[in-house]
Amino acid sequence: MEKSQRRQRAPIVEAIRVDKISGGTRLVQAIRIVLAVVYAALSLIPVLWIGMTAFKSRPDATAVPPKVFFKPTLEGFVSLLTDRAILLEARRQELLQHLDELPWYQRLMVQQGMEVTGPSQYVGRLKNSMIIAGVSTVAAVVLGLLAAYAFSRFPVPGKGDLLFFILSTRMLPPVVVTIPIFLMYRRLGLHDTHIGLILLYTVFNLSFSVWLMKGFLDEIPREYEEAALVDGYTRLQAFFKVVLPNSLSGLAATTVFCLIFAWNEYAFALMLTTDKARTAPPSITTMLGRGGIEWASIAAGSLGFLIPVVLVTFALRKYLLRGVTFGAIRQ
Amino acid sequence: MALWSATQSVGSDRSARTGIRRRQLSDRAIQWLFIAPTLILLVAMNIFPLFYSLFLSFTNYSAISAAAPVWVGLGNYQHILSDKQLWTYFATTGRYAVAAVGLETLLGFGLAMLLREKFRASGFITTLILVPMMLSPVVVGLFWKLIFNPQSGIFNYLLGFAAGQGPDWLKDPKLALWAVVIVDVWMWAPFVMLLCLSGLNAIPEYLYEAAVIDRASPWFQFWRITLPQVAPLLLIAVLFRTIEAFKAFDLVMGLTGGGPGDATELIAVNLYRIAFPPQFQTGLGSALAYIILVLIVAISNLYIRSLSRIRGEV
Repeated sequence: MEKSQRRQRAPIVEAIRVDKISGGTRLVQAIRIVLAVVYAALSLIPVLWIGMTAFKSRPDATAVPPKVFFKPTLEGFVSLLTDRAILLEARRQELLQHLDELPWYQRLMVQQGMEVTGPSQYVGRLKNSMIIAGVSTVAAVVLGLLAAYAFSRFPVPGKGDLLFFILSTRMLPPVVVTIPIFLMYRRLGLHDTHIGLILLYTVFNLSFSVWLMKGFLDEIPREYEEAALVDGYTRLQAFFKVVLPNSLSGLAATTVFCLIFAWNEYAFALMLTTDKARTAPPSITTMLGRGGIEWASIAAGSLGFLIPVVLVTFALRKYLLRGVTFGAIRQ
Repeated sequence: MALWSATQSVGSDRSARTGIRRRQLSDRAIQWLFIAPTLILLVAMNIFPLFYSLFLSFTNYSAISAAAPVWVGLGNYQHILSDKQLWTYFATTGRYAVAAVGLETLLGFGLAMLLREKFRASGFITTLILVPMMLSPVVVGLFWKLIFNPQSGIFNYLLGFAAGQGPDWLKDPKLALWAVVIVDVWMWAPFVMLLCLSGLNAIPEYLYEAAVIDRASPWFQFWRITLPQVAPLLLIAVLFRTIEAFKAFDLVMGLTGGGPGDATELIAVNLYRIAFPPQFQTGLGSALAYIILVLIVAISNLYIRSLSRIRGEV
C-alpha cells in the first residue's frame, strides 16, 4: 500500500536524476539510508563499548553477562593518570580516618585499597604522540605540497620516473626497512628520540602526501598564477598568494590521512623507542602487565587517544570526502 | 629551457638579461628547492635501509651481539625455503588475506552503493562509518579481545548466546583466524568504501542518461557502467588491503599474539619474532623480509597488470 503511494509520488519530485528513474525510487533510497544508518550504528558498538568501559568499575568491566547499564565511575581515568601503591592495613585505616580531607581521586583509590603516589606517564606519552604526530604530519604535508607544486607546474626532468619512485616507497613493506632503520638509528643516536620518529613518520607519509597534493594542485587552473605573474608577482608570491589559498581543501584531506597514520603507528614506536620518546600506542599495551588487565584504565587511555583524531577528522570531513575524489582519480 | 637562458646571457642588453635570467633561474631554483627535501628524505630513509637489509640477509648478524656480520651466502634463504613451519605461516597469511580482502571489498563496495546518493546527513553518516579506521590497530586488537570474551564479551551476547554458551572465538583454533578477519573487516571495510565512493562519484552522468535512453535495465547498467567504472579504484583499494594483509602485525599481536598454537601466526608476526625479541636473528629476519617483499611485489604486479588491462578496455 505504502509502496504504491510512493511510486505515485515519485514523478512529482523535481530534482530527480535520470538514473534515479530507472533504479532508485524514493523507497529504494529510503531502504539505502536505513541500511547505511544500521551499519553505522552496528559498527560503532565496539567504539561505544570502549567508551562505556572507560567509565566502569573494575568488576563491572568484566561482569558476566556484560553490563550495558552500570554506575559510572572515574576509577578508570584516575588509575590511568596516576601511579598507585597498594595500601597496608595500618596506613589504610589512617587514611580512612581523614577521608574527607583527601582530594577526590585519592578518596576513590583509597576505597580500592590503593594510594595515589604521583602522576602516571600517560600524559607524557600523549604529549609525545602529539609532538611526533603533529610535527611529522605538518612536515609531510608541507614537503608534499612543495614537491607536488613543482611536479604539477614545472617540466621536471624525469618527472614520471621520479613520481613513480616516490609512489614505490609506499609499496615497501615496513618490515623490510625496520631492521636497518633500527640499526641505523642506534648508530646515529636517533634511537628513542622525538626527531627519529618524526623523520620516519614524515617519510612514510610523504609519498602519499605528494600524490594526493598533486591531484589537488592539478585541479587549480594555471591561469590564476599566470595572471598573477603578469601582474608583477614573483613566482614565490604567486605560490603563496594564489596557489596556497586555493589548495586548502587538499591540504586538509592530506592532513587527516597523514595524521591518522602517524597518530596510530605502533610497530616502529615499539621498536625504536623505550622511554623518552615513547608514544601512546605502545604504552597502552604495557598497561596490561600490572596484575590482571585493568580494562577501565586501558579504555580510558584509548578513549583519550581516539578523541583528538576523531575531532580533527570531523572538523575536516567536508574536505576529506572531497579530497579523496580528487586524489584517487589522478592516480 | 637551459639552452634558451644560456643564449640570453650572451646578449648585450645587460639589464634585460639579468631580469630574464633571474626569472628563469628562480623558477628552476624553486623547482629543485621544492623537490629536493622530499627526494633526499626518501632516498636517505628508504634506499639505504633497503640495501643494508639486503646485505644483512646474507649474513648471520644479530642486532644484540657485538660480533660483526659474517657472510653466510644463501644460507638464510635456504633455511627459510626449507622450513616447513614458515610455509604454514605463509599459507595462513594467504587464507587470511583472501578472506579479509574479499569481505572488505564486498562490504565496502556495498556501503558505497548505499551512500552513493546524497541525503541529509549523508556526510555525517559516512564519517561515522569511518571511525573504526581512526583507531589504533593495537587498541582495536586489545578491545576486541574483551568483546570476543565468551564470558563477559558483548559479541556473543549480541549474537544471542547466554554467557559462556557461545563459541570462544580467540581460543578455538578453527575460529581464531576468522575472529581476526572479522576485526580486520570491521576496521578496513570503510577504507574500501571511501575509495569506491569517490569512484562512484566520478562516473559521468551522461553514461546513465544514454543507458536510460536505450532502455537498459538497472542490472545491465550496474554490470556495464557502474562496475567497470569503479573497477580501477576498487582494485587500488584491494591492492592496498592485500599489501596490508601481508604486513598485518599490530592487530594480530593485540588480538591473539599469533595463538592459539600458531593458528593466527601470520608471516609478519613471525618475522617480528625472528628479527626482534626473543630471537634477534637479524640476518635471518632480513632474508625473510626480502622473501615477503618479493611476494608483495609479485602480487602487486598482478593487480597493477589487471588494473591497466581494465583501464585499457574502458
